Amino acid sequence: MSLRTSRRDILKLGGTGLAASALPFLKILPASAATDATLVVVSGETINSLDLHRTGTNRPSYQVAINCYDRLLTFGTRTTEDGELAYDSTALEPELAETWETSEDGLTLTFTLREATFWDGTPVTAQDVKWSFDRAVSIGGFPTVQMKAGGLERPEQFEAVDERTFRIALDRPSKLTLPDLAVPIPFVINSAVAKANATEDDPWAAEYLHTTPAGSGAYRVLRWQPGEQLVYERFDDWACGPLPEVRRVVLREVPNASTRRALIERGDANLSFNIPNKDASELVDAAGVRVVSTPVDNCIHVLALNTNFEPFQDPDVRKAIAYAVPYEEIFQRAAYGRGARMWGGQAGGDSIAWPQPSPYTNDMDLAREHLEKSAFAKGFEVPFSIALSLSDWMEPAALLMQESLGKLGITTTIDRIPGASWRTAALVDKRLPMHLENFGGWLNYPCYYFFWAYQEGHLFNSSNYRNEEVETLVDETLFMSVDDPEYAPKIRRLIEIAFEDLPRIPLYQPALNVALNGADGYESWFHRQLDIRSLVPA
Amino acid sequence: MNPTLARVAGRVGSTLPVVAGVVVISFLLSRALPGDPASYFAGQLADAESIAQVRASMGLDKSLPAQFVDYVGALLRGDLGRSMSTGQTVATDLARRLPASLELTLAALVLSCAVAVPLGVLAATRPGSWVDHLCRVLVTAGVSLPTFFTGILLIYVFYYLLGWAPSPLGRLDFVYLEPAHVTGFYLIDALIARDAETFFAAVRQLVLPAVTLALFTLAPLARMTRASMLAALGSAHVRTARAVGATRRSVVLGHALGNALLPVVTTLGMVFSFTLGANVLVEKVFAWPGIGSYAVDALVVSDYAAVQGFVLTMALLFVALNLLIDVVYTVIDPRMRRGATR
Repeated sequence: MSLRTSRRDILKLGGTGLAASALPFLKILPASAATDATLVVVSGETINSLDLHRTGTNRPSYQVAINCYDRLLTFGTRTTEDGELAYDSTALEPELAETWETSEDGLTLTFTLREATFWDGTPVTAQDVKWSFDRAVSIGGFPTVQMKAGGLERPEQFEAVDERTFRIALDRPSKLTLPDLAVPIPFVINSAVAKANATEDDPWAAEYLHTTPAGSGAYRVLRWQPGEQLVYERFDDWACGPLPEVRRVVLREVPNASTRRALIERGDANLSFNIPNKDASELVDAAGVRVVSTPVDNCIHVLALNTNFEPFQDPDVRKAIAYAVPYEEIFQRAAYGRGARMWGGQAGGDSIAWPQPSPYTNDMDLAREHLEKSAFAKGFEVPFSIALSLSDWMEPAALLMQESLGKLGITTTIDRIPGASWRTAALVDKRLPMHLENFGGWLNYPCYYFFWAYQEGHLFNSSNYRNEEVETLVDETLFMSVDDPEYAPKIRRLIEIAFEDLPRIPLYQPALNVALNGADGYESWFHRQLDIRSLVPA
Repeated sequence: MNPTLARVAGRVGSTLPVVAGVVVISFLLSRALPGDPASYFAGQLADAESIAQVRASMGLDKSLPAQFVDYVGALLRGDLGRSMSTGQTVATDLARRLPASLELTLAALVLSCAVAVPLGVLAATRPGSWVDHLCRVLVTAGVSLPTFFTGILLIYVFYYLLGWAPSPLGRLDFVYLEPAHVTGFYLIDALIARDAETFFAAVRQLVLPAVTLALFTLAPLARMTRASMLAALGSAHVRTARAVGATRRSVVLGHALGNALLPVVTTLGMVFSFTLGANVLVEKVFAWPGIGSYAVDALVVSDYAAVQGFVLTMALLFVALNLLIDVVYTVIDPRMRRGATR
């Protein structure tokens, strides 16, 4: 069919093909050198804003901040055991900052910016960085919370010393500050453009930047049709990294997973982002398609037992359940074997790697033994809640556990909770007795995970867990350098308590799956969004 | 005043209480949705303080009556509010998505009418013949196959296996630019812009989803045509027409079909309004940016403004449609005409 052939040519030749002259989209966008290419990416999720700082911006929109803006720092790249590219949480690298230094007392960070320009040709200055950081800590909501995690709380902490020197003053030294500058949040905005479009009601120009990014990043947004597509075009004067090979990336929203699968198999899409585990396991054998599955750092799918509810206050009940979970079946049926097993580890091991396998295995005899020691030897009834929007893994996992727990006399009724209510019920009100949870921390430190998921009152501690020793240990380790000799023993103790007390029973570490056909160079990131800057045509 | 005009004015006037009722009900219904949109839209890692901030910025910290006054006030200014889940104003969203849905639904209905009415007529004039059986099979298949299944099946056969259909990527393949916005209907806008290439590209994208929907809407239309044709063919005036020696053609097409079309038009109106809101699955499968998937996505996350805007628009559309059907009645039904002038 002629349309298909012409379209294939465009993808291959980057618009220099003969057939391209007939196509209107390329008529108005003259193609450049032959190494340039257009890639088509399909995703099931919708982008609802081009400004990550704005209230209500959803997760898939973070990729715009990543691809269109620069941060001071970024993470390096490593090659995983499977030979795939992944970010390296241990290697901080320069992005907009050319160099940086930390003062002796660890309280002052000084950054020297490289010579870079915004898309409109004006130079990126320290004043822009200061304005953008002020915005992130003042605008409220998620950006402000994430900045706080790195000890960045008030505009007074940021200073533009001169055009190219930027300084941060900290209240206390923290190992989380520098990595927190490499997360998507602290991106640098063209402050002159933003200020020109700010109003009294909207001093941070959230309305303007919502639809019109103003940055210095590798790509700019050529078109955005909400609910349909986003077209990125390369910024050829990008200064903060090697110039991407791909000139244009078309991101199309295709809600149906079967449709996305047909598109990637036919090669009409070059990359299908975040595909279901089932498709990933089946596409491995498809001709021309390459599947990349990377376990998500610092993320575990867990069974959470709410300690506000009576049976789960009994440690033997929690252990009985941990021994009754059919781990391998769940891993195979919910994750299709993709990701990493988080059970059957060694008790009291030396490792402070996180996540790490718990010492539990599926052992019904031990489960019965523990349950008989408890006050609930005859079993009990409990609702088991799962999120409807995450039912692809929660549903099979919950059904398998329901069956297994039934053998112990623990009768569960599965309660499927829709999207908007799930957050409120599970994380904010923390009122679900038994449920599944899947927190993943952006900053790849065990203490950071424990901070969010095991300290009392924190959002992802949906089990209402409180342990005095955990409270102290997390407070002590959160800002401590990982090289500190006290760090490892304290983390080992935290892990030991977590596996003994079991407010969260680890199931497995999930994987993020991406299918490629005609594209290469995909790198997986902690933020679980697509960084298009490294992509190359294949 | 001219009696017909007076009738129409009265008819329009009688819709006002309906619209007012819809405003109240859509407001109350959306508030009755489970969940807390503030905590949902505050994003991951949000703490109590930032959730409170979001709540205030969404105006949800006020009492319910105060929120209602705000809502009605904004409505009177023509402001439908802003959808949190798409980040756009509801008016922009609807202006984009309603034409997409209308284009798909209308194309499907034209297609299904073109098949269903002749099929129903043939089946009624030859009961028990192979045409009648074909009609029965099509009708049964149409209602019993869920649209998402038909959609995926068509994609599998015509796109994946045969490669005849273009990529199921929504209204236009990415190599084409959407035509300049005039009506929002790509087919019409492309014709206005005299851009044949975009027109045919849009047609190609439209074929599979329209056929999917047509298969589904075919059933009620064909059944209704067949049943009312059978009734009309057995009626006294057709017998009289036959007795006076009218040709078979003029009996079937002139005397019988004219009368049989009335219930078909009623069914068509119902099918249209139903399909417009309910073709979510087809929209999802073909990545069609329509109003049905918009409403469902908004409902799932308790996006109040979007839900209210959707309900209100649909209500207004239904009111307009019913008006239109009433008018069509007066044209095709002689009894209504006489009734109007009496």
